[in-house]
Amino acid sequence: MSGLAVSVKGVSKRFRLYHERNQSLKASLVRGRRSRYEELWALRDVTLEVREGTTLGLIGRNGSGKSTLLKTMARILRPDTGRIVVDGRLSALLELGAGFHPELSGRENIFLNGSILGLGRKELKAKFDDIVAFAEVEPFIDTPVKDYSSGMYVRLGFSVAINVDPAVLLVDEVLAVGDEQFQRKCREKFADLQAEGRTVVIVSHDLGAVRDVCHEAALLEDGRLEQTGPVGEVIDHYLGRVHHDRLDDGSLGARWGTGEGGIERIEVLEFGGGPAARLRTGDPVVFRLHFDTTEPIERPVFTLTVHTAGGVHVTAPNTRDAGLVPDEVKGRGHIDLRVERLLLVPGTYDLGASLTDYTGAYQYDVRHRAFRFEVVAGSPAERHGVMSLGGRWEGLPLER
Amino acid sequence: MAALGTYAHVRDLALNLTSRELKGKYKRSVLGWCWSLLNPLATALIFTMVFKVFFQAPNPSGEPSGLSNFPLWLLCGLLPWNYLANSLNGATESLVANANLIKKVYFPRQVLVVANVASWMVPFLIEFGVLALLLLAFGNFVLPWLPVVLVLILVQTSFVLGIGLILGAVNVYFRDVKHLIAIVLQALFYATPIVYPLSLVPVRAVLFGLDLPVRSLYRLNPMVPMVEAFRDVLYDLRLPPFGDLVYVSAWGLGCMALGQLVFRRLEPRFAEEL
Ligand SMILES: Nc1ncnc2c1ncn2[C@@H]1O[C@H](COP(=O)(O)OP(=O)(O)O)[C@@H](O)[C@H]1O
Ligand SMILES: [Mg+2]
Repeated sequence: MSGLAVSVKGVSKRFRLYHERNQSLKASLVRGRRSRYEELWALRDVTLEVREGTTLGLIGRNGSGKSTLLKTMARILRPDTGRIVVDGRLSALLELGAGFHPELSGRENIFLNGSILGLGRKELKAKFDDIVAFAEVEPFIDTPVKDYSSGMYVRLGFSVAINVDPAVLLVDEVLAVGDEQFQRKCREKFADLQAEGRTVVIVSHDLGAVRDVCHEAALLEDGRLEQTGPVGEVIDHYLGRVHHDRLDDGSLGARWGTGEGGIERIEVLEFGGGPAARLRTGDPVVFRLHFDTTEPIERPVFTLTVHTAGGVHVTAPNTRDAGLVPDEVKGRGHIDLRVERLLLVPGTYDLGASLTDYTGAYQYDVRHRAFRFEVVAGSPAERHGVMSLGGRWEGLPLER
Repeated sequence: MAALGTYAHVRDLALNLTSRELKGKYKRSVLGWCWSLLNPLATALIFTMVFKVFFQAPNPSGEPSGLSNFPLWLLCGLLPWNYLANSLNGATESLVANANLIKKVYFPRQVLVVANVASWMVPFLIEFGVLALLLLAFGNFVLPWLPVVLVLILVQTSFVLGIGLILGAVNVYFRDVKHLIAIVLQALFYATPIVYPLSLVPVRAVLFGLDLPVRSLYRLNPMVPMVEAFRDVLYDLRLPPFGDLVYVSAWGLGCMALGQLVFRRLEPRFAEEL
């Protein structure tokens, strides 16, 4: 045993970007060869080791090559140079329920998906009950999965993949799916896997989660490995950089999503409607999310996220938890979150926002730390931690 | 690697994918599996009408079986042909149709082509069983010949699989393949003695001012001796010429080897080209 679960040595990966992506013979005959293309190096000479039993977080901006690295580890993509050695069975959670056949029942799909992921029939039979129980789909196990809700669909997909019993688990952005309760279950399952000494590599935009879950992190920048080390150091380094970037171009944090609708702008306003010049702890404030959609979006969920400048996730109120789910939104508009008393202690905070479908699995637009604001001392005059409980001390024998 | 790529895993995977294809094929259709039987019967009926009623073609008579029945004679050639045509069409699409899977999960990609061909083999075997029963009912005692039939099916399957691997892999890069193959199959259908007997093809003829050994050229098409062999065994009840068996087996092995070669060359970039 080398103690290494994954060893990535000098890996580069080049994609071809076709100018005219019509894969037809005519086009190639006309040009003599295949269509002309430009090369894009998604990974450049990446060398990385993941020790057995550790959890590594891959972070970096959109397009920095995180998914590509994960896919080369999973053997889905073949690197153009370099070598990857994986010790033990590997399971990749790149998309939950990939390979489900909509017309087949949950039961049939468990066997199908399980065997695609590398489980034998006997193993699957032994684990079948666990898989069904974890996914919480017992009553629907003989229903075709096309009739499943998207929540049930991803739960079943997750449940099969996690039960593959991998020595190495690769996870790409799929943990932020399902409802709160299922997410908690997933986190517990992860903790179990870590406790059992499995090796996990996670790609996530949620730096708070990466900080909580990972031991180490690797920062990718434009296909190059920028830094590896203890998770705290790497994230701080990354955030330092992100902030510089933001100062450079005004407002940009990470942003991703499918794009049928988006959060255009976030405003921080006074109750009267004017922009809030300065916020003090305890002030009333309105957070306004401006959205715009190109297609009607059914049962949308808007979420506002608040992080400290240091990356601590403070809170994320959303419209679904508040019980406000419109049938659909379309076009341009805005919604407000009215806060009677802003209970953040003095400091610098970043706002983000997202627009997703009801399950949270389908993300139209996610803006991570897109708007920065300062809170100065007010009332209550607290200074420590991230927020005030807004309470009042009583019962002290004070002279009046 | 624990399970991935071991024989048992690949076999389980192939079986599961095959059953997915089979279940998908007839889901939501009222007659379901019956279509598998109705299709060749309808085709047989149409060609029987055309050739027996309009063209007044004589019944081919089985030698030495003595059987004289146009629809049965036709089915002996039509069923293997349908298996070939369906498999090649299906194999061509099999990778593109599973793009999402290829992009998200690693598993031996050949399994997709194998499962597709297998999913056409199953209805073929059922149709074949029914044909065998019909032949028995009409007095052709085919049972002792079934081992030879199995060998023929095996040879044809390796032929189809080899070509299917090539077509499926190339179709990832050039989507024209599926249109091209439709035309090629149509031409090949008429270049194979399915609806007419081989005896109608002249031994020599003058074409483009050249005196050509037409029959020998015609027989280069491996499906000619293949279909003839199926008929020899099922309709005539005699052993196919040994040379023909060697010829089709060589094609089967050659295609399989070439298929492996081409597939392995093209496989590494499937996930990014799809
Ligand atoms: N199949 C592909 N073909 C061409 N370019 C690709 C392909 N997949 C990814 N890329 C490009 O490679 C780069 C890295 O992508 P990716 O690994 O998905 O980044 P990340 O996951 O960090 O957001 C991006 O510029 C992306 O556009
Ligand atoms: Mg990605």
